[in-house]
Amino acid sequence: MKVHVTINGVNYEKDVEPRTLLAYFLREDCGLTGTHVGCDTSSCGCCVVVMDGTRAVKSCTMFAAQADGHEILTVEGLAEGGTLHALQQGFWDQHGLQCGYCTPGMLLTSYALLKHQPNPSEADIREGLSGNLCRCTGYQNIVKAVQQAAGALGQPVGTHT
Amino acid sequence: MSIQTKPLHSVGVHMKRKEDPRFIQGKGHYIDDLSFPGMLYLSLVRSTYPHAEITNIDISEAMKVPGVKAVITGKDLEAAGLGWLPTFHGFDKQMVLAIGKVLFQYQEVAAVFAETRAAAVDGAEAVQVDYAPLPVVADPFASKTDKTLLRPDRESKTNHIFHWEVGDKEGTARAMASSPKRIKQRLWFQRCHPAPLEPCGCVAYFDTMGRLQFHVTSQAPHVYRTALSLVTGIPEDKIHVMSPDLGGGFGNKVPVYPGYVCAIVGALKIGRPVKWIETRTENLTSTGFARDYHMDVEIGATADGKVTALHVATTADHGAFDAAADPSKYPAGIFGIVTGSYSFPVAHAEVDAYFTNKAPGGIAYRCSFRVTEASYAIERGMDILADELGMDAVELRKKNFIRKDQFPYPSALGFTYDSGDYHKTLDVALEKIGYTGLLKEQAEKRARGELMGIGFSTFTEVVGAGPSKHFDILGIKMFDSAEIRIHPTGAGIVRTGTKSQGQGHETTWAQIVAEELGLDPQTIMVEEGDTDTAPYGLGTYASRSTPVAGAAITMAARRIREKARKIAAHLLEVGEGDVEWIDYKFQVKGVPAKTVTMKEVAFAAYTNMAQNEPGLEATYYYDPPNMTYPNGAYVAVVDIDRETGETKVRRFVAVDDCGVVINPMIVEGQIHGGLTEGFAMAFIQEIQYDAQGNNLNTNFTDYLVPTSLETPHWETGNTVTPSPHHPMGAKGVGESPNVGSPAAFVNAVIDALSPLGVRHLDMPLTRDKVWRAIRDAEVKKKA
Repeated sequence: MKVHVTINGVNYEKDVEPRTLLAYFLREDCGLTGTHVGCDTSSCGCCVVVMDGTRAVKSCTMFAAQADGHEILTVEGLAEGGTLHALQQGFWDQHGLQCGYCTPGMLLTSYALLKHQPNPSEADIREGLSGNLCRCTGYQNIVKAVQQAAGALGQPVGTHT
Repeated sequence: MSIQTKPLHSVGVHMKRKEDPRFIQGKGHYIDDLSFPGMLYLSLVRSTYPHAEITNIDISEAMKVPGVKAVITGKDLEAAGLGWLPTFHGFDKQMVLAIGKVLFQYQEVAAVFAETRAAAVDGAEAVQVDYAPLPVVADPFASKTDKTLLRPDRESKTNHIFHWEVGDKEGTARAMASSPKRIKQRLWFQRCHPAPLEPCGCVAYFDTMGRLQFHVTSQAPHVYRTALSLVTGIPEDKIHVMSPDLGGGFGNKVPVYPGYVCAIVGALKIGRPVKWIETRTENLTSTGFARDYHMDVEIGATADGKVTALHVATTADHGAFDAAADPSKYPAGIFGIVTGSYSFPVAHAEVDAYFTNKAPGGIAYRCSFRVTEASYAIERGMDILADELGMDAVELRKKNFIRKDQFPYPSALGFTYDSGDYHKTLDVALEKIGYTGLLKEQAEKRARGELMGIGFSTFTEVVGAGPSKHFDILGIKMFDSAEIRIHPTGAGIVRTGTKSQGQGHETTWAQIVAEELGLDPQTIMVEEGDTDTAPYGLGTYASRSTPVAGAAITMAARRIREKARKIAAHLLEVGEGDVEWIDYKFQVKGVPAKTVTMKEVAFAAYTNMAQNEPGLEATYYYDPPNMTYPNGAYVAVVDIDRETGETKVRRFVAVDDCGVVINPMIVEGQIHGGLTEGFAMAFIQEIQYDAQGNNLNTNFTDYLVPTSLETPHWETGNTVTPSPHHPMGAKGVGESPNVGSPAAFVNAVIDALSPLGVRHLDMPLTRDKVWRAIRDAEVKKKA
């Protein structure tokens, strides 16, 4: 079947097997391998992408067909014109990653979180990220990374780096 | 911890990681990101039974599935001489695909190769396997009876794999018998799985020269190359192993798994690249588990709390094959560290391992070969002894610590501890947590019937395997290596035999080179994981990278400095003996104005080297003279809800001494991560089997790993006691928090429950287990 999805602002029209999961559509049909798969049960959150600007979805739990006509943001679309997104900068500055496997999912879940809650408390961040597993960091520096990003995004346009 | 004070000061500096820009932009290269033209996918058929004869395998329906290219079984592999795979330990072998019978649930039975991932899975579903169930041995104590012999393929017809012991058996028994105070407790360190978020996988193909190109999630690529050559008979020069970015490892990516061998066989047979990526369920049910040690701990002491003897007897469950990746002389790993931080005059430790119908493994999960088990045994044991003596757990520890002036300290079980200041490290932790205040608070809460606990773990680790006279994997000594090349512009590359899985080697290795040579760490590239380019090394696990490869890098850099000195002498127009290395530059002795930088020397090494050999590079193979002994003092404070059994870790202070720190940010990150895994083992993480041998924790909805919600906030600190024999004084840290913390959590929970008369509970301390303990204690009290 044919699906038409806008990913990171680029239109993709592909013929896929109906049972193709969005995660594999992104990775194998579109070559966007930044989205990872870490489990079979929608538990780990390595595959999280943002749909239609504000909704974090686990792309291993959606068929590509369900994304037909929608806009998807993946980790590859976060940086703009060579400038890292405030979340990417936060994860780098705060040592919010080690092996990096969970990082794309963490970034995209945080992206959606900050869309809904621009000034989250530590408890809000921990709650918001509880569907994303990390085996390396113990989450503490991830929380700091999201706080840094929230601070940077909250500043007037043009003043955050 | 120092901050950057001089522009060239690179070690001890909080430097952001060089590898991160690719990871935060989705540009990492993990195994499943690789794709080659014509690539096939492999899916494995796995056993539904824990122990059964295979009466028939019918592949005809599978071959009809569109896209399926081939199916192979154990019989096919056996005919090709590839039916069995030696385990890294060297004393057992493992079936690649089941031959005649299966020995554990989810064992590999057949391999299906197909054009797409989905077709391979469909094909695997269509393979019809007929089983005749056999009696199941689901625990090591039942295995001891040999009523059901699990491994008739082995020469010795018993389920008993090995007996290992160390120390003075008779002396310990005598000292124990004459000790006025004695405690004895069975502790079970439950079966766990490292569960890195990226499962294991590989891509194999033979290139136009007939050379095996093997991309694989390996923590030890060179060992894989040698092992594959020995198993398959392919000459080692015709094997190229490449380990890409690894999405965590924690010991899980050390062994060679059947799926890897099947992928290589498929690539050879079909003549196309083959990719195998395991599912999470396959990862949890078939690849290297950890722990599963039943330890009978016995400690003797004087009436005033001076320890007199330690005896630990362990029954180990190794599963269906003895696939523990331990050094050949150490079937129970470095369990002999079980005397911990204490001055035991005499000790004896023994381990008996048994086969069961469970997945094979016994790998070093963020651990230097059974050190986590040993550390848990002694740190729980000391608390039980304190309870028996009616002594404060801190006082008992301080009374028995190896003193600072006793280093180098020969332990009763044969180790020579390099350095430490255990009293100081514990004092820093006590100060940080505010112990006196907590004791007061606890007394008040106890008076009100509230359950608050304070738990300690003052562990000593042993890492950096290891000295060649003791340590090897498959006979290969456990040295490690580094090769450094400095380019004409003063940039450079360092390659090592290790392989980062998140530890940040691309940053720390560059920092070491930069520190030793006065260069910019941002222009030192680090490359690991490619057996064609990296010097031979034993890989990254057991916190060995910094103690062994880190030392090799330092020594290689110093070799470069010696060569550079000759060129510097030429540039400074003095004799070599008149040149000294001061403040990251070469200088004419006594003439501070006459200097030359390493960058200038590097350029001269290619453009103006005079009579000196051109170029600026060096290789060093480092054979450590001893292990290193990182240590720490951890304190956990917990509150337990009496009604629900829910434990809240209110505070956790970890003070680590890992010697000289290369990058404090990375060390702190390692500690956060290790504490979280220790927390997981203490409270939720377990691979359980029922009495019929069914694995009950086959995915992340049943095998629980902590989320951001329940993970406590970690407070860290450090003391620095350099290792006297490591060229930089570093000791290694990755596993310390994972080794040291489980006992602190359990000790805190038991301390909280002690007013109810609870003396011990085995991990994981789940809500219902704690609730039952509270209820049982209350019922007992009323009766």
